[in-house]
Amino acid sequence: MGATAHTAHAHEAHHHHEESFVSKYVFSHDHKMISKQFLVTAIIMAWVAVIMSILFRLQLAWPGEGFAFSNFFLGDKWAPGGVLDPNMYLALVTIHGTIMVFFVLTGGLSGTFANLLIPLQVGARDMASGFINMLSYWFFFLSSVVMLASLFVEGGPASSGWTVYPPLSALPQAIPGSGTGMTLWLVSMVLFIASSLMGGLNYVATVLNLRTKGMKMTRLPLTVWALFITAVIGILSFPVLLSAALLLLLDRSLGTSFYLSEIHVAGEALDNMGGSPILFQHLFWFLGHPEVYIVLLPALGITSEIIATNARKPIFGYRAMIGSILAIGFLSFIVWGHHMFVTGMNPFLGSVFVFTTLLIAIPSAVKVFNYITTLWRGNIIFTPAMLFSIGLVATFIAGGLTGIILADSALDINVHDTYFVVAHFHIVMGMSAIFGMFAGIYHWFPKMYGRMMNTKLGYAHFWITFICAFGVFFPMHFIGLAGAPRRYYSYSEFPMFDGVVDLNVLVTVFAIIGALAQVIFTYNFFYSVFRGQKAVQNPWKSNTLEWTTPVEHIHGNWPGSLPVVQRWPYDYSKPGKAEDWVSQITPLDHGEEEH
Amino acid sequence: MTKLLILIVVVLAIVAVAQLARVYELTTRLSGKREEEISPADNRMNATLMWIFLPVYFAFFAWLVWAYGDKLLPVAASAHGADTDALLNFNWVILLAAFIPTNILLFVFAGKYRYSPDRRAHWNPHNNRLELVWTVVPAAVLAVIIIYGLTTWSEITSAPEGEVVEVELYAKQFDWTARYPGADGRLGASDFRLINGSNPLGVVTPEAVAQRVDELNAEIAEVDSIVEHAILPDSKVAELKDRAEVLRRHLARVINLRTVMEQDIKENGPASIYLAGADDIVTKDFYLPVHREAMLRIRSRDVIHSAYIPHMRAQMNAVPGMTTSIKMTPTITTDSMRTHVVKDPEFNFVLLCNKICGASHYNMQMDLIVTDDAGFDAWYKEAMKKPFQAPAEDAAEEPVATAMAMTEGD
Repeated sequence: MGATAHTAHAHEAHHHHEESFVSKYVFSHDHKMISKQFLVTAIIMAWVAVIMSILFRLQLAWPGEGFAFSNFFLGDKWAPGGVLDPNMYLALVTIHGTIMVFFVLTGGLSGTFANLLIPLQVGARDMASGFINMLSYWFFFLSSVVMLASLFVEGGPASSGWTVYPPLSALPQAIPGSGTGMTLWLVSMVLFIASSLMGGLNYVATVLNLRTKGMKMTRLPLTVWALFITAVIGILSFPVLLSAALLLLLDRSLGTSFYLSEIHVAGEALDNMGGSPILFQHLFWFLGHPEVYIVLLPALGITSEIIATNARKPIFGYRAMIGSILAIGFLSFIVWGHHMFVTGMNPFLGSVFVFTTLLIAIPSAVKVFNYITTLWRGNIIFTPAMLFSIGLVATFIAGGLTGIILADSALDINVHDTYFVVAHFHIVMGMSAIFGMFAGIYHWFPKMYGRMMNTKLGYAHFWITFICAFGVFFPMHFIGLAGAPRRYYSYSEFPMFDGVVDLNVLVTVFAIIGALAQVIFTYNFFYSVFRGQKAVQNPWKSNTLEWTTPVEHIHGNWPGSLPVVQRWPYDYSKPGKAEDWVSQITPLDHGEEEH
Repeated sequence: MTKLLILIVVVLAIVAVAQLARVYELTTRLSGKREEEISPADNRMNATLMWIFLPVYFAFFAWLVWAYGDKLLPVAASAHGADTDALLNFNWVILLAAFIPTNILLFVFAGKYRYSPDRRAHWNPHNNRLELVWTVVPAAVLAVIIIYGLTTWSEITSAPEGEVVEVELYAKQFDWTARYPGADGRLGASDFRLINGSNPLGVVTPEAVAQRVDELNAEIAEVDSIVEHAILPDSKVAELKDRAEVLRRHLARVINLRTVMEQDIKENGPASIYLAGADDIVTKDFYLPVHREAMLRIRSRDVIHSAYIPHMRAQMNAVPGMTTSIKMTPTITTDSMRTHVVKDPEFNFVLLCNKICGASHYNMQMDLIVTDDAGFDAWYKEAMKKPFQAPAEDAAEEPVATAMAMTEGD
């Protein structure tokens, strides 16, 4: 079946030269173009979320002070005199989280790299279904538009935290953001989930069916393994969020009581009886926790590839790396309850979740040790991509370890929902994943645009971002250990936090510098798209198949027949070879062992 | 004006970066250097920066510990808090034992093995023995963490032994109310349909039910009379009729509750849970005696809140529609915290809300006073004299009213 598909595609490839602008750049079926569309959309969304974070960081560092910056973006309604409104503060943290988690690190990360790398690295002409792939992007685009539109409605956007726990998210009487803003948030998520499912099905189908000759599962680059498992996790968990969102929509607009019971709000007893707000949390986190790995695994996959390439060494423990991806993927489904230790859940159930959650530390530790061992006695070339990959390992260590504390239910009681949690997940999931994304962009930019990004600007971008990442999120652990809750508009009402609130100034200063560093990146990115140095075919001397395609993009990826894979992707510095790399399409020498 | 200035500064900054990059771009183009060729100088620079970063990173960490270590939460003021603090310290030791060496290896290797054309990377694709070691060792360490953690957890969450001080903590936007059982030692039943200005927790007593029935009847009569007598546009009439409909539905449910209550009283006599509420103490004061186990029953009327008492290392969500609970034994009184521990005469234990709940989430607090037995009993006796004291509602309702106004078009 695979063979016929290939010939059909090859045939198609010859007749696709005179494409119109719309079919080439807008409603493109080509996975490489779709990947670029995802990336550019994600960069725009990321900027929205970054500016939001600066707005609320200003309030946290200097509570109650007016900033022209805030007034500029929010106007007199939400920042009168430049002082952030408390409801808008909650809206900003909500949308910042939503955009970063879903639009940047899920849609942006998986959408960009699964689309770009899966067909290129498995040796396929395109995705299994180019049309569904196109739909996937356009649903993502619509979803982004709806989310951005929700910023402009009366009452403001959704404000009940990115986890949108009902009843707060269900009752406009409780918070203005739970009016139209919340409805749009839910509509946007429904579109997003549809996009994510279409993408995911395509990725899985492509990896399983369209691998080129010789590309055994045990010869797949770790990027593909990671993106493949990510897609499987997404397919299995996103529908649960979809149902959670639909039930919430019903509660909000049709008067059902899935999540509502015995509520007296704004001077009125409501009719709703028999629902449970905790049900929503179970449904939400059944996606929500796997989501963490949907965000993280692609970044880890990208890093595995880049570290091996730039250390000029095979990734250490290739099979263990696959095993740990599989283990993380499986375990991610049975740990969601660790977000709910203090909801009144049965303590025994809590114990089970402690156990399963801490198990995840084992494959994670294996990955870290394998990265470090790959660097050991390597021959390291510091491309910007390599720097971000090493940065990822550092943030993965720092953030992963504090996870052990949060997973321990007895300890979670006192740090739950404090800044300690904010510090933890921003480092392990926010920073690690975004570092993985940056690494991927720097590494595969030549493949995407046929041009090179500026290396020196890449260095400046990395070092400023890296330092600021720790400057922003390390002090937050201390704020959290002082008992300071997250999502507080101000800490001035509590004398007990007086000792640590000045850390908020330090955090905000680092956040602003870190955000400015992203200007360097954005400039470098867009400048290089149009004016960057022309790329050569295989700039990083990498083994994988994507570097055997021509620099100029063509439909069908390879001009002639598809490449035949002869070996695994990590033959770097193999003894007995003239070069320190051997492409996957180079046949094994007589008597050569595969690895 | 400032807006313009900011805009100009931002634009100029971007232009400056652009120009710098352009200059660099042109010079490299002239020298024929390719972006993917990382020069030995660049490799050296980044390798050195890796080495510099490591001590700076650790120093930053050490500085935070040094400068803020004593500003974190003081010693735990509850029995289980002492246990969790010990558990936390144990975890810190293990975490640091992993954090420091892995970071050293990472940054030292990254700096040390920088590219040299004269050298080849060492070929070691895998090493099963090594991999087994770093699978088994973390697993063993985690087993210890899990066992120690779960032992502590099961102690914290086990059922209380012996007599406890029972307190209900009741959350709403944006304040807390406490309820004590009064003379009979039992918290009475409660129902959200009975909530009104004088019964903020909806405690069920025959009087409260009767009062609510009268109230609803009066309201319905008022609405009906407006519909009948006033000259109003049709839309307004429809709205009022809907309102009357809602009120009638509520009335029917309260009457239903009354039937259930009456039946229960008939069956159980004075032991009925519906008679236990009359002497309950509803108060804005939150007192606990030291060294006696307290059982906190936590409820909410509107959205999810979380009862968090950081000094006690205690936290539990307040979920509308259900009662959650957490037990704790305070071990330090407010007075000795003030004089011995934090040395601040103003110090108070505080119960704060730790689940996003709306605009004033950041200021939803109630002080907790821990006293010796005598002090607690004296306070309790005093509080019992004024059961059902209606706390000032107006201040608390205000943010909700504003929220409403905003949704309706600010």
